[in-house]
Amino acid sequence: MNILVCISRVPDTATKVVIGSDGNSIDSQGVKFIVNPYDELAIEEGLRLREKNGGVVTAVTIGTDKSTDVLRTALAMGVDKVILVKGEENPDSFYVAENLAAVAKDENPDLILLGRQSVDFDSLQIPSALGEILGMPSISVVSKLTIEDGKVTAERDIEGGCEIVEASLPCIISAQKGLNEPRYPKLPDIMKSRSKPIDQRDAAAAASRTSIIGMEIPLKQRAGKILTDSDDDINELVRMLHEDAKVI
Amino acid sequence: MSINRNLTEEQILLRDTVRKFAEDVIRPQARELDEKEEFSDEITAEMAAMGFLGAFLPGKYGGSELDYVSYIILVEELARVDSSHAATIAAHNSLGAGPLYYYGNEEQKEKYLPKICQGHLWGFGLTEPEAGSDAGNTQTTAVRDGDYWVLNGSKIFITNAGTDMTLGSTVLTVTGENANGKKELTCFLVENGTTGYETKNMKGKLMWRASNTCELYFTDCRVHKSQMLGKRGDGYHQMLGTLDNGRLSIAAMGLGLAQGAFEYALNYAKQRKTFGKPIARHQAIAYKLADIEVGIAHARPYLYEVCRMLDGNERITKEGAIAKLNCSELAHMAANHCVQILGGYGLMKEYDAERFYRDQKLLEIGEGTSEIQRLVISREIGCFD
Ligand SMILES: Cc1cc2nc3c(=O)[nH]c(=O)nc-3n(C[C@H](O)[C@H](O)[C@H](O)COP(=O)(O)OP(=O)(O)OC[C@H]3O[C@@H](n4cnc5c(N)ncnc54)[C@H](O)[C@@H]3O)c2cc1C
Repeated sequence: MNILVCISRVPDTATKVVIGSDGNSIDSQGVKFIVNPYDELAIEEGLRLREKNGGVVTAVTIGTDKSTDVLRTALAMGVDKVILVKGEENPDSFYVAENLAAVAKDENPDLILLGRQSVDFDSLQIPSALGEILGMPSISVVSKLTIEDGKVTAERDIEGGCEIVEASLPCIISAQKGLNEPRYPKLPDIMKSRSKPIDQRDAAAAASRTSIIGMEIPLKQRAGKILTDSDDDINELVRMLHEDAKVI
Repeated sequence: MSINRNLTEEQILLRDTVRKFAEDVIRPQARELDEKEEFSDEITAEMAAMGFLGAFLPGKYGGSELDYVSYIILVEELARVDSSHAATIAAHNSLGAGPLYYYGNEEQKEKYLPKICQGHLWGFGLTEPEAGSDAGNTQTTAVRDGDYWVLNGSKIFITNAGTDMTLGSTVLTVTGENANGKKELTCFLVENGTTGYETKNMKGKLMWRASNTCELYFTDCRVHKSQMLGKRGDGYHQMLGTLDNGRLSIAAMGLGLAQGAFEYALNYAKQRKTFGKPIARHQAIAYKLADIEVGIAHARPYLYEVCRMLDGNERITKEGAIAKLNCSELAHMAANHCVQILGGYGLMKEYDAERFYRDQKLLEIGEGTSEIQRLVISREIGCFD
């Protein structure tokens, strides 16, 4: 099976984000970047499918010169080859999807795996946009995946339950937590990743359709509310959990 | 200055990976293993599967091929979470694998290195009841008898020598007298299970309680001559060379412990409130945290630089001693401040501060005490010329 895994480079979730002086981008000074955590699930799933069925796993990222680190991580985890598409500094989802589609057309994968979303901009658009551009079935937010005889069965988490979806290959899957437990790269594989080649390409002629005109960091954290054990407050707590937090 | 400054992509990935592994696999069990004084075969096997055991050995023996900076980062990140597990890895690599790899002949390397990369441990038996700092005063003897050498004597405080995963240890013995009247010292590779060789686990340690520490006993223990490491009489310089390198891994343990204690104390200081504000905002507490940060900021780049010297095959006798002394005293300061910042809670076993405080102390004693490091440094700068 020929598997393409799309990964993005995002600020570490523990990083304190600061807005750049231009007011519409994140100041990257001192920020640590990592593989988008949902994409690690996609990489892991690709590797497991290869271990079971044979084939090749290719990882691709649409990024800049700085993005080699996330590809190095994918190599250390065990992907066979990596592609860096060098493009715009701050692309939108459409631009990324167009470029991923261009790579997919060259690589001709049976399966495209992505994370359900990037934890930086959280647009959640790319898996669906990619399906549209390539004319492929796209199943998003998948927490269990089985592929047999070219038939794909995917379980999706939905409000209060799960949905089972079928499609045939070639197909696009976006990964949700629970799909698997990503492996740690082993030390010898980390060291070997150094000497593996990175296939570098220029971005396809695509243009972003949206641009960010401003960013803001919320000034204050939401104030906590303290309730007592009076009957009124217990009713209020139930109401808040039901209507505000929507957890019950 | 970023913790990752001047590191390669692989070194940064290695740091992130080991940090995650230590947080996920070691942290949840560290306190309990310490409390029970128990060495964990399971965690050690997981560390072996990650490639921690043959850290800087070549791939042909099954090693992970780390450069020295990467190896030091590995130890540092383990010590940030738990010193016992860092000790298992540091002692195995620097003291166990090191002498076999640097001084062993090809036959010995092929016999042992693949196994000790894959999940077996190897110890380094130098210290004796009468020979610690004064290692030249070794009493254990080896006497030639045909194709065999017969060992008699004992060793003490030997890390990793008596676990179920231990394959054997390198043992320093007296094989005669040199022309200058000093003892002729020679190392032998002794496998666990050899007749006349026994290991006894030492219990009741203050620190590194989840790491294995042993006494070794040799009673007419016959070891084949092919088990001699290097040449007869090479023991003394093999031992000094091993300790020169080993000091860097103790330095890494100090740096990692200081980092762990710093993060723990800072986090606590921002949560704990007295007199209406977080204690981190009381200047006396804030300055303690600032002092630890200053120490770490100087210690890390220096240690990495010494590692780069070693990678370039430079002599590091002085620099290694400086790094070891500095990082172990830094760990002492950081752990002490950490407990102080936690107040009464810092003294309770439920909080990691207490474990940092105990674990730190070995670093000023093992692989050459702080006094001995100052002796090495003062000799190197010419005080006694
Ligand atoms: C947990 C643990 C693990 C260990 N692991 C190993 C191991 O794997 N292999 C191994 O071989 N050893 C190991 N050791 C032994 C360790 O290296 C020794 O304990 C250390 O070298 C000190 O020797 P000593 O205990 O005999 O102290 P001593 O040498 O008796 O020293 C006592 C005191 O006198 C001071 N002193 C001694 N000589 C001088 C001098 N010339 N000038 C000034 N002060 C001096 C020392 O600094 C110290 O303060 C381990 C020890 C421990 C506790």
